[in-house]
Amino acid sequence: MAGPLADPGLPALDAPATIWRRLSGNLSVAVAGGVLTVLAGVSLLAPVLGTIDPGLLDPVNRDLLPGASAEVLSLTGESTAHTFWMGSDSYGRDIYSRVLYGGRVSLLVGAVVATLSVAAGMAIGLVSGFVRWLDGLVMRVMDGLMAIPGILLAIALVSLWRASLLTVIVAITIPEIPRVTRLVRSLVLSIREEPYIEAALAVGTRTAPLLVRHVLPNTLAPLIVQATYIAASAILVESILSFLGVGLPTDVPTWGNIMAEGRLQFNQYPHNVFFPGVLLALTVLAVNLLGDGLRDTLDPKFNKRGVRPA
Amino acid sequence: MLRFLLRRILATVPVLVVVAVVVFLMLRLTPGDPAAVIAGDNATSEQIEQIRDSLGLTRPLAVQFGIWAGNLARGDLGESFFFKMPVSALIAQRLEPTIALAFTTILLAVLVSVPLGVLAAWRRGGWLDRGLMAFSTLGFSIPVFVLGYMLIWLVSLKLGWLPVQGYRRLADGFGPFIRHLILPSITLSVIYVALIARVTRAAVSEALTEDFVRTARAKGLRETRVLIRHALANAAIPIVTVIGIGIALLIGGVVVTESVYAIPGLGRLTVDAVLARDFPTIQAVILFFSVAYVLINLLIDLSYVVLDPRIRY
Amino acid sequence: MSAEHPVLRIQGLSVVLPKGADRRHAVENVEVTVAAGEIVCLLGESGSGKSIIAQSIMGLLPDNIRPVSGQILLGEENLLAAGAERLRALRGASMSMVFQEPMTALNPVMTCGAQVEELLRNHTAMTHAQNRARVLEMFEHVHLPDAARIHASYPHQLSGGQRQRIMIALALILKPQLLIADEPTTALDVTTQAQILRLITELTRENRTAVLFITHDFGVVAEIADRVVVLRLGQLVEAGASRSLLSSPRHEYTRMLLSAVPSLTPRKSPVESSLPVVLRARRLSKIFHPGGWFRRGAPVRAAEEVELELRRGETLGIVGESGSGKSTVARMLGRLIDPTGGEVELDGCGIASLSGEAARRLRRRIQFVFQDPYRSLNPRRTVGAAIVEGPMNFGLSQAEASARARELMDLVSLSPQMLDRYPHEFSGGQRQRVCIARALAMQPEILIADEPVSALDVSVQAQILQLLEDIQRRLHLTMVFITHDLRVAAQVCNRIVVMHRGRVVEQGPVREVFERPRDAYTRGLLAAAPGRSFAFGQV
Repeated sequence: MAGPLADPGLPALDAPATIWRRLSGNLSVAVAGGVLTVLAGVSLLAPVLGTIDPGLLDPVNRDLLPGASAEVLSLTGESTAHTFWMGSDSYGRDIYSRVLYGGRVSLLVGAVVATLSVAAGMAIGLVSGFVRWLDGLVMRVMDGLMAIPGILLAIALVSLWRASLLTVIVAITIPEIPRVTRLVRSLVLSIREEPYIEAALAVGTRTAPLLVRHVLPNTLAPLIVQATYIAASAILVESILSFLGVGLPTDVPTWGNIMAEGRLQFNQYPHNVFFPGVLLALTVLAVNLLGDGLRDTLDPKFNKRGVRPA
Repeated sequence: MLRFLLRRILATVPVLVVVAVVVFLMLRLTPGDPAAVIAGDNATSEQIEQIRDSLGLTRPLAVQFGIWAGNLARGDLGESFFFKMPVSALIAQRLEPTIALAFTTILLAVLVSVPLGVLAAWRRGGWLDRGLMAFSTLGFSIPVFVLGYMLIWLVSLKLGWLPVQGYRRLADGFGPFIRHLILPSITLSVIYVALIARVTRAAVSEALTEDFVRTARAKGLRETRVLIRHALANAAIPIVTVIGIGIALLIGGVVVTESVYAIPGLGRLTVDAVLARDFPTIQAVILFFSVAYVLINLLIDLSYVVLDPRIRY
Repeated sequence: MSAEHPVLRIQGLSVVLPKGADRRHAVENVEVTVAAGEIVCLLGESGSGKSIIAQSIMGLLPDNIRPVSGQILLGEENLLAAGAERLRALRGASMSMVFQEPMTALNPVMTCGAQVEELLRNHTAMTHAQNRARVLEMFEHVHLPDAARIHASYPHQLSGGQRQRIMIALALILKPQLLIADEPTTALDVTTQAQILRLITELTRENRTAVLFITHDFGVVAEIADRVVVLRLGQLVEAGASRSLLSSPRHEYTRMLLSAVPSLTPRKSPVESSLPVVLRARRLSKIFHPGGWFRRGAPVRAAEEVELELRRGETLGIVGESGSGKSTVARMLGRLIDPTGGEVELDGCGIASLSGEAARRLRRRIQFVFQDPYRSLNPRRTVGAAIVEGPMNFGLSQAEASARARELMDLVSLSPQMLDRYPHEFSGGQRQRVCIARALAMQPEILIADEPVSALDVSVQAQILQLLEDIQRRLHLTMVFITHDLRVAAQVCNRIVVMHRGRVVEQGPVREVFERPRDAYTRGLLAAAPGRSFAFGQV
């Protein structure tokens, strides 16, 4: 009944080249992406960046302040001079080395949890959004899962299974799935109402190709944004688990572990908590900024109705 | 309206059932023998047998659930292995500190974040807006315990203004009670403020683009009135909703905050129970927090009736 | 209506758009004058800048759009030079505005009465009791029944027409000198539209309020305007007294616009009755049951016992206001939704109970063109992909489908080079051509068009209607044409079916229904068409 409608002017995700150009032009994405690349690189290249064995117990060199140099006796009996850039902990382990290796765990957990939870959530959400009778059941289960605060669920799960990288990842993933499912489902429900879906049905498109050709591409952008936020949250949760003593075993250095051990001497030697803490905050900040930037470029005004209205 | 209220209340039932089932199944779905898990690595096989019996793990699953649910209904949460007392008594003991902390945090967070969010939405793109958004992103990024230690180091150790850790009961005096709660509340509220401010800003911004705000301005109303009576009033539902959903974050944060500040509340209890593999306590605490979360969100849902006349009629 | 007491004088107004907009000036060097008691229509298509002018007067422009020259004089005061406080004091009291969308113009969480009283409290110093009395009086003045109940109601409890009356009450209660009405009837049903137009003219004549009425509809101009100002892309094209401009426009653009308005006089005769009936609906019904698990809303009878028939080669119009069920019937005819009762016969075979694959195969014979060209195309797929999707669903190879797509682009007067562009690169009219090409790619016998031109500007509308007519002739198509616009129905249909609240109230050859309507509702519908006394389409 309305008069001439104004053009919604959706951003077109046409050529990959355009997407790339737009992404790299966004400040948040560029800076955050850069920082994360550096962090990832540093973690991966840890062995060649002046580190020693992060698990090497060396009581002689304990509680050194940041910047101190000392002689380190390796397992093979060699003695080398080594600078403890970030000091050492109460067992004499080099904080710098531990922090660098610890980065691997955090980044890995973040990436894997994000991928797994989005994949699972997408599958369940798509089905739920399209198969009406299943929808009610699935949503009740998801609501129930969401009612249990994520960290508590993760803590309980890890404490019940043997603490290992795999269990930590799975324990952190499970509470994230309901939220992704909700998002996908609401996306599917709103996209389903779009006129172009009806138009595709009118030219005889079957359900499966409909999902792949028309529904999926319009859900990708918000899912990618959500995935980055999940990664940030996963890194935080992992560090909390480690900090509370219910995460990975202490022989695997993670930022949370290092802080957990360091907290006992926080008064005198704050560097134990300070360095991993700052790096943790920096990493999570970078991931969050990346998510913000992605959201602004890929999905400027994503609202409940799915497509930006006129 | 009555139908809406009834519908909402009934809707929590399946959720609570799912929560109960999940909590119940958590132990029983562990790989390997649950009793062995609880007993720990150094238990003898008699001890494991004993635990298995006391938990009733030999009966069929459905029967176990029935017994467990029945006990729950009577308020019997089992007996803690570690603390050697009924779990319900344990929880009652630790309840006050957690509630005090949660209450002061929510109060602080809402009083700070909503006005800031409204102002940020009003002057979109201005310095307050950008500052708030930056703060919000930072708030999501700094882990609660890191923030906690930083504050302790700065305020308690270096400046000596506030006590380092610990908790004082309200019954022992309001002054000490509050002084011990200030730092923990601030620490815990940061992430809550980040969340609520963000949503407030988004909801009020959205409301400001609505037609009825244009009408209000066309009537020549003062901008303050437009902001509050027209924009904020219509943004109330998403804001109140996120306050409810954020409780989940709060609960997670409580566990860590109590750990950092040595507050003897339910959060600390959870950690202690997990480290001691005290399974009945773990189960009970998770159940408690989940039910609390569901009930709080139910209250929030019910409040929609007051906030939105379209639901009333 | 002389110009002795000009209430509003806009002189040399230019407003710039922010960088990156499709043109520099939203409005360029525009002059408009409105005298007391006079109704001046500001007429233009989308993008003409007419709303910008309204917002400039009220001081409600967004921050990034600014007037750069000229003055806007309300009485003797230049509004562009007035401060924010002064403008605020004037708004609602000396100048007021009524907007297009009544459904969203009122605050959902305040009662209607409170929203009007708020205005009074802001500008006057009356007591609470006086305010309330004044509001109730005004509600009665705008013909709202049961003023006390309306006062206590929330907006969502009222209809669109009632809400618009409240907006008018708001706008006129303080007896402003100037009323700006920005397409106030566009979103309303035809019958409500007529009532609201009458209300506005009645109340403003009473108080000698100057009215600046913005519209894109020439029918409205013919109905109420004293003078007209025609705008195009921000520039003034022509201005003058309404009668003379409509009967002898001077500027080419105005002439073009006028000629694009379809006349209310039907053009076509029905087709030969010897031609076979290709589609027939018998006692067709659709009942919706809204609600999910716990909620059972009242069933909605979208269509009840609809009987109609479609002969080969004819264009059958289904005419009705919103909620009449016309779109539901259209979708049932093409089996996009399932009927809950009755039968649909395609060439004599029942298709109502077909499901799944069998229903899908119908797509080769019955195709659709939908209303919203902006949202009927997936924004993330090229136009070419949209057109070839249908044929490829039914086994055509990519190469064959692409060849067909190219031919069709020619047929709808678009360049085949544009096949790999995205929808946002096309204008509304072009997108609708693409949608038509998409439907034709299936080589259907029957084309069901659901309000295909309602979302388009009037000049583009004329082109699309012409295109549909050409295509129908060349490809020997049979069409079902859904519309709420009687003028369009008069132009394209052989026979029409009039629907009201889910039922067919009248049907027959279009000339007969228009000239000798039998049903009261049809008569009301025809009487309400704005500008029906003016013979359009004959310039």
